[in-house]
Formats: sequence, C-alpha cells, structure tokens
Amino acid sequence: MTLQAPVPTPGAEPESVERAAKAELRHPASWLPTVKVTAGAFLTALVIGAVVIALSDDDVIESLKYFGTYPWDSFTRSWDAIWSSYSALVKGAVGSSNAIASTLDRSAPLICAGLGVTLAFRAGLFNIGAQGQLIIGALCAGYVGFTWNLPPFVHLVVALVAGLASGALWGAIPGFLKARTGAHEVITTIMFNYLAASVLIYALSHDTFQRPGSDNALSPKVDDSAAFPRLSIGGFDAHLGVLIALLAGAAAWWLLERSTWGFELRAVGANAHASRTAGMSVAKVYTLAMLLAGMLAGLAATMQVLGNQNSLSATLPGSIGFDAITVALLGRASPLGTVLAGLLFGAMSVGGVAMQAGAGTPKELTDVLQALIVLFVAAPALVKGMLRIKESGGGATVMAKGWGS
Amino acid sequence: MPVKLEIKGLTKKFGSFTANDHIDLTIEPGEIHCLLGENGAGKSTLMNMLYGLLDPTEGEILVDGEPVTFHSPSDAIAVGIGMVHQHFMLVPVFTVAENVMLGREQTSAPGVLSRTKASEFVHQLSERYGLQVDPSALVESLPVGAQQRVEILKALSNEAKVLILDEPTAVLTPQEIDELMDIMRSLKELGTSIIFITHKLREVRAVGDRISVIRRGKVVGTAPPTATEAELAEMMVGREVKLKVDKAPPKTGEVVLSVEGCTVVDPRGHQVVKDVSFEARAGEVLGIAGVQGNGQTELIKALLGLVRPDAGVIRLDGEDISRHGPRESLDDGIGYIPEDRSHDGYIGAFSVRENLILDLYRTDRFSRGPALRLDDIAANADHRIVEFDIRTESASTPVSSLSGGNQQKVVVAREFSRPLKVLVASQPTRGVDVGSIEFIHKRIISERDKGTAVIIVSTELDEIFALSDRIAVMYDGRIVDTVSPDIRREDIGLLMAGATPDKPEEVTV
Repeated sequence: MTLQAPVPTPGAEPESVERAAKAELRHPASWLPTVKVTAGAFLTALVIGAVVIALSDDDVIESLKYFGTYPWDSFTRSWDAIWSSYSALVKGAVGSSNAIASTLDRSAPLICAGLGVTLAFRAGLFNIGAQGQLIIGALCAGYVGFTWNLPPFVHLVVALVAGLASGALWGAIPGFLKARTGAHEVITTIMFNYLAASVLIYALSHDTFQRPGSDNALSPKVDDSAAFPRLSIGGFDAHLGVLIALLAGAAAWWLLERSTWGFELRAVGANAHASRTAGMSVAKVYTLAMLLAGMLAGLAATMQVLGNQNSLSATLPGSIGFDAITVALLGRASPLGTVLAGLLFGAMSVGGVAMQAGAGTPKELTDVLQALIVLFVAAPALVKGMLRIKESGGGATVMAKGWGS
Repeated sequence: MPVKLEIKGLTKKFGSFTANDHIDLTIEPGEIHCLLGENGAGKSTLMNMLYGLLDPTEGEILVDGEPVTFHSPSDAIAVGIGMVHQHFMLVPVFTVAENVMLGREQTSAPGVLSRTKASEFVHQLSERYGLQVDPSALVESLPVGAQQRVEILKALSNEAKVLILDEPTAVLTPQEIDELMDIMRSLKELGTSIIFITHKLREVRAVGDRISVIRRGKVVGTAPPTATEAELAEMMVGREVKLKVDKAPPKTGEVVLSVEGCTVVDPRGHQVVKDVSFEARAGEVLGIAGVQGNGQTELIKALLGLVRPDAGVIRLDGEDISRHGPRESLDDGIGYIPEDRSHDGYIGAFSVRENLILDLYRTDRFSRGPALRLDDIAANADHRIVEFDIRTESASTPVSSLSGGNQQKVVVAREFSRPLKVLVASQPTRGVDVGSIEFIHKRIISERDKGTAVIIVSTELDEIFALSDRIAVMYDGRIVDTVSPDIRREDIGLLMAGATPDKPEEVTV
C-alpha cells in the first residue's frame, strides 16, 4: 500500500503503518543498513583493539610512567604500536599471493562448516553440533585416506564421500530426534559433540589409527592419492578444497533462494505452523536440514584432513566447528554473508600469526577482535547508538527458536 | 467528581504519515462516548496519546479545562484516566486480588504482602461497582468475560474517572457482550465516563450516548445513537457499504463432504469433538456457529488432516479421507482459511509473492524440477494483487507489514487460486476492516456459486447470518442443532449457550 494513497483505503493499523514506512525507507537498498551496521561493528572493534594493543605494548607502558610530564610520548608510541600491529595483520593476511593462499586455505573449512550452521538457522534450528559433525567426518575421511589403497582420483572421491556421508549422518540424528520426539537440537548437538570428541580420542588410541613408530596419538598421513590436488600459480599455492568451499557457498545460495526445497526450509524456519498448514512436512525439513548441515561440516573436515594437515590428531578439529557458529552469525545466516565472514576470520587468523612475528603483538588479539566484531553485530542497537546510524533495519539478528518450540 | 475531558487539535505523525490529524473531541462527564472507525483509522493512536503511551506531535489535552501533559501512563492514571486494553495485561498465574494490587501492593508490615487486605480491597471495589469477581480465583481459570472485569476493576482501583475500553467486545461471547454493556451503563450511573472503541455498528447504537467516527486519522463526524447502521458504516468507510451480502438462493448439488461420528481427543485427554456428523453439499454455505472453544477449531483441523480424528469417518466425494495429512487434504481439493492467520495462514517474514504460493510452490505452474519458476511466481503475484485488491507497496513487501484485511486477502487469494471442492473458512473476517469484509464475503459467495461446498466457522453471528444457507450450532464439542438462517438471533444465542432445542430450561450462562 502506498501510504499517501488518495483512494479511501482502509489504512493499515498504526504500528503496521510505521512498519510499512520503515519498509519503504529500506526499499532502495535493503542491505545498506546491514552493511553499515556491520562496518560500524568492525570499526568499533578495531578501535577497542587499538586500545588493547597500546596497553599491551611495553614501550607504551614505560612511557605512561612519565605521562604527566611528556604525555605526547605515550601517544606517539601508542600510534607506532597500533600502526605496526594492524599493518602487519593486513600484510600477513592479504599482502602477498602466498598470504592470500594461506588465508583461503584457513577460510575454507570455516566457510563450509559455517554454511552448515547457516542452513540449519534458516530452518529454525540452532546447530551447535558442527564441531562433532566435523570430527566424525574427519575420522572417516582420514580412515579411508590412509588405510584404503585406491587409484589416485577414485581414492580422493571415496574419502570425500566418506567424510560427507559420516558428517551428514552425525548431523541427521539430532535432526531426526527433533523431528520425531521434539528433543531440542541445542542439547542433542552439544551432547553429540562430546560423543564425537570421545570417539576421536578413543580411535587415536587404537592401533588402526596409530601411526607406526610413533608414541603420540597421531594417525598416519593420508595417502597422496586421497589428498586434494594443489592449485599453484606463481607464489599462490592452495589446495582444491578452497574452490569447493566457494562452490558450496554458491550451491547453498541456490538451494535456499531458488529451489522448492529451500522454499520449504525457509518457510518452516520462519513459521512452522503455517508451513504445516500449507502441507509441508516439518519433520522432513528438520531432518534434511540437519543432514545437510552435517554434510557441510563433513566437507569442512575433508578440507582439514585431505587438504591441510593430512593426519588425524586430537588437535586437528581445533575450534572450527564453534567458530563456524560465529561465522554464520556474523554472516547473518545468509550464504554470501557466511562466505565473507569465513574469509574474514581466515584472514584474521593468518594475519594474527604474522602480526605476532612482525610486530610482537600477541596473535590472541585477533580472537579479541573477532569476539568484539560479533558482539557488536549481535547488538546492533549498541553500534547504531554509538555511531548515530539513524536508519532502521539492519537490526535483525539471527534468531533460532527458543526452548519452548 | 466526574471529569470532563477535552482533546484539541491533537495530531500524531509517524515520519511522513499522519496517524491523527487535528482531532477535536469532548468527553462529557458521565457519558459513554463511542469511537467508531475501521482498523487503522487511528483510534488506537489517539487512545495511546490519551493514556500517555505516545507523545502528541501537536495539540493539547484538557482535563476539566486544565491543559495536561502525559509522559507515561502513570501521569494519565494520576488525573483519572484508566484503560482496558484489547489484549489483557494480567498475570495469568496470579489471583484476581494479586492482579488488582499489582504495582500498589497492600502490605501488613513493610515488605510483607497482605493477601487478606488485597482481597478485602477487591471485594469492596467489586461491591461498589457491581462487578462480580472472586478475588481469590486464579486469573487463568476465569472465562474471558470475567478476566475483562478484572481489567476494569484494575482501572477503577486507580480511581479512574474516564475509562477507555479498547475493542472490548472482540473477545467476548454474545452473552458476555450483553453483560459488559450492563456494566458500562451502571458505571455511567456512578459518574464514570467511558470511551468505547469499536468497529461494530450494532454495539455503538446499543450503548452509546454519542458516536464519533474516525476515518483516516480525522474525526469525520459525530452521530447520535439513533443513526442507522448504514449511515454509520458509510461515515466510517467513506462510501456506501453493502452490509448485506447479495446472494441468490443456493443451487445445491450433491453431497461433497460427509462427516460421520467424528470424535477428537486433545493431548490432555479431553474429548473436544464429540460424535459430530454433518454433510456439506456442492453450492451451499454451511455455517458453523458457536462460542469460541466449543470444538470448532479441532473439528476443522480434523477435516484438514492437521489432527487425526480418534473416531469417525470423513468422506470427500465418497472417498474416506480421515487418515489424510494436510498435504493430501490440500491435494484433494480442500481450501482452508485458518482462524488465526498470522499463526497458520501466512508467514509474516515472507513476501506477498511467496505467501501467495505457500501451498502451490510444488506445482508445475511454479516449479520445474527442484527449481522455482521465479517469473511465474512474480506474474502470479501481480495478477492476484490486482484481482483481490491487495493493498501492498509491492509484491516483495513482507506480509507482516500489511494491514489485517490485506493479510487476510493474501490468504484468501492463495486458497482461491486452485480448483476447490470444499472451502473451509474459519473466522474469515476476524480483525478485518469493513471494506475488506465486504470483499471477502463476496468472493466466498462467488466460490459457492461455482459449485464449491463452503463451510464457514464463525463466532460472529452477523457473519453466520450474512453467508450461511444452513447453520449448524456447536456447543461443548457437539452439533446441537442445524437450523435455517431465518432463525431468530435470540434463539440461536440460546443454542450457542448450550440449550438443547427440546429442553430450553437447561440454559446456563
């Protein structure tokens, strides 16, 4: 409805008129406020990060002792510390083709697992279980990778399928439990994370997974025939999985926005009752969404096992499965956003190491930055208030359903 | 002391939109002043300013000639304005007394609540105003009408001289509406002025002393209660409105839907639908009348396959469909307009375009294999928006930002865009403005004339009478009688209250 319509329209209710007015404001570019708020969150995090850098720098702390006499000293030293840290961070992440390759390499599993969390979000499910799904995927892909003897290309495909299928199964079980019994997916996926972690530790203590001649809980290396081929152009050298991760992002977008099944998934996520009334099977959507989420986490696992590290260990999964939740939140549960957030996190993680080496600033600073960014994105009102962003919209945070549903 | 309330040039703007445009109103001491207007006309905005919930952009409010400014409801309460909201602001697990004393707790010693004092207080209050409530009853255990009395008591306990009742009858049964009107009259006798907000014409004429009509943010006129319904409707909508649906006598055909001995047990083990049998024929409208909560909801859900009947058979064109789920029922050719549209009828976050294909997305019209046909979906939306006069900014606007009437038109448009054998419409015009009601009723009758069997479930007798060719009355899970629409209003009211046709002495209200 046009608000100033000359026809005697039975108008909207006052509050919905307000909402309609907001929608109108938002109409020209609905993503603009979102981008502004995200950029604002980013900026705010960098500023706070700068303060942290300054306060963790020895020279700055030294200069604070005579702050009363020469305050300027503190400022110039702070500026030096901040500038050298941030420039080392950026250079380390994207400063050379080698750096870019490392960043992509680090981002790929975050993107895949993040996409899994995003898909589940869109179905109204909060998938905390990416970590467990990833561990099981890594275990199965790794097992196929170093025990079976298959011809080069076939071996890779079989290992890949093993990783995807096992992750999918691990994800589908909580989905099925939710669909059938209403068991809350947050609880079941957390428990499945514990289970998966224990299974990994147990497996590594078992002869089948033990590297011969090693006392550490470490598996043999994955055969070269099962490893991802490498893409090398000049100084750029990354494994093929990076490309697969980006393709997975495109596929997730198509599925959500362009397919009938994605329509069902989004519908169930937005209003399960109306979806059921419209003839959709909510149970099927829950199960399939979690299956797909698990499969994407399994894909992330293959990046680690068949691409990067090539052998299983207790530290292999790191915290990718949990970072994936942060990535999906930062990406606002959209495939494109998730890919971008994954790239950002990958870049910060790679750049952090360079920063520590180059500027002496602890690489944990990047964790602080990441946490702050997500914190501000999750509290858009805070950022809008601080930066005086007037536009409405862009305020919607990703929400999964509460305990009651 | 009765209070005189004056509103002068009160204006409220939301951005470029003027919700209230220089409103002038005078509420005389001890009068029932009705505020009549469609949904979205600006009644609630005006009342929210009077109650301190919104700041006026311009204009002033005078109490007994003194200008007042309200920054919050407590300022409004302080000068004697009380408000009963459409959605009750009660704590369901608290008793009546606890709810009334909420915010001004009675204590026996500092920090120690005194329930006895509170009960005593509530008791005195209800005596004084003749409002029957049990102070120790839990609010959640009370019927809606009694909960409303608690709300009124709460307002009166603040010494309210002007009581604002925001759409108070929307949730009440016909009997409860009569009781409420008695309460309003007796409050008036005691000197309390009442602002009665509604869009129901019958009610303002029954109880009002003066009627102000608001349309698109302006007071378009004041009428005495002797004005006819047609006059009031015309003022309210701005054009002549047909209150009666034009319809030819039904051309009744074969039985399409037959229900035999349908019984539904709810999850708590109560039988909510008890051995219900009826038939619906092609080309007729069967109205199911009844007070909310007498099994209509569950009966309809059983027809749609949303709940499994525990006993009985439902046949569509002779085929047993009682075991069919919702998707099969839709594929069988049953159209459904659910009673709670925002809960079951549409997805608020989805665009108009997407909601128009919510149960059609899998058909060949709108998909090719796994891919949606976006062009066809967009073309469909453009077509339906015109055909059903859906007032929306664009096809990509989320349905949640449409007005109630337009949201309902989206649901109606969707259900009418496939061939139907049976149309089940539950409360098809609840919360819908008069203009849209007229439109939706017309479409329902034209669907009937195409030979569809139509089942209308409504708690509004006006709607039942306007549409039905036969009326089945439900009470306590049973169909107590099936009557012709020529029946007198009072008689059907008795049936709805549980009086069986043979034993009218069993009436309990």
